[in-house]
Amino acid sequence: MKEEDCLLKFEIQGGEFLDSGESSAVIKEYLKKIGIPHPFIRRVLIATYEAEMNVVAHAEKGTLCFTIEGETVVVRVHDKGPGIPDIELAMQKGYSTATQEVRQMGFGAGMGLPNMKQNSDTLVINTEVGTGTEVIMEFTL
Amino acid sequence: MKLSDIIESIDGILLNDAADTNTEYTSAYSADLLSDVLALTKGHTLLITGTVSLQVIRVAEILGITAIIFIRGKMPPPEVIEAAKAKLSIPLIFTRKTMFETSGLLYSKGIRPCENVPADEV
Repeated sequence: MKEEDCLLKFEIQGGEFLDSGESSAVIKEYLKKIGIPHPFIRRVLIATYEAEMNVVAHAEKGTLCFTIEGETVVVRVHDKGPGIPDIELAMQKGYSTATQEVRQMGFGAGMGLPNMKQNSDTLVINTEVGTGTEVIMEFTL
Repeated sequence: MKLSDIIESIDGILLNDAADTNTEYTSAYSADLLSDVLALTKGHTLLITGTVSLQVIRVAEILGITAIIFIRGKMPPPEVIEAAKAKLSIPLIFTRKTMFETSGLLYSKGIRPCENVPADEV
């Protein structure tokens, strides 16, 4: 997906816990306005919020791109960060590399990726250690 | 259970005047980890938590949480109370009781678990 294809685009700063999560609020309003049913909105928001918090918790910075292709909502999150050395391990419920600071904010339960998988219809993770991670989630109406 | 009865039964303090104290509540979920809240709660619910960060308000907004009880004497900072006022109109309640005692007291008065997804089913 090219950047200009985003209906909504957000910049995410690593470590910025106070301001984070704004994308979910904006996306919620957008989906409500176009009449999308609540249970579907909820799935999109949970997965999107977790993806954004992953960037905040682990990466230097990132972008979140939201778009709709036909009947499918696509959320693509791209970050500059450490990458994920072992995706299978990261997908395990309860596994987390979050710092104590992140845990004090209420995160680092090791449920982020499982939660994204649970709430999306397809989840694709492309990652390169030392460079960054790209997460593409699709939600079909 | 009425909000006023909830507050009374846990020796709570209402931190904002967002809600009618006659509003009825039926279910709750207790957790400090917000990812657990996001993963495991279903439907509208009251949240009992020791996490007082601004992200609690975000999660409440996403999930449609109907009230938040802050436990163990953990007072949310003013910006959290402000954000709750600006973004949601839900009651924030403060209590010095533990999560276990708060949950137990409300359960004994008829509050039940919200619909839940066990982690091994996520």
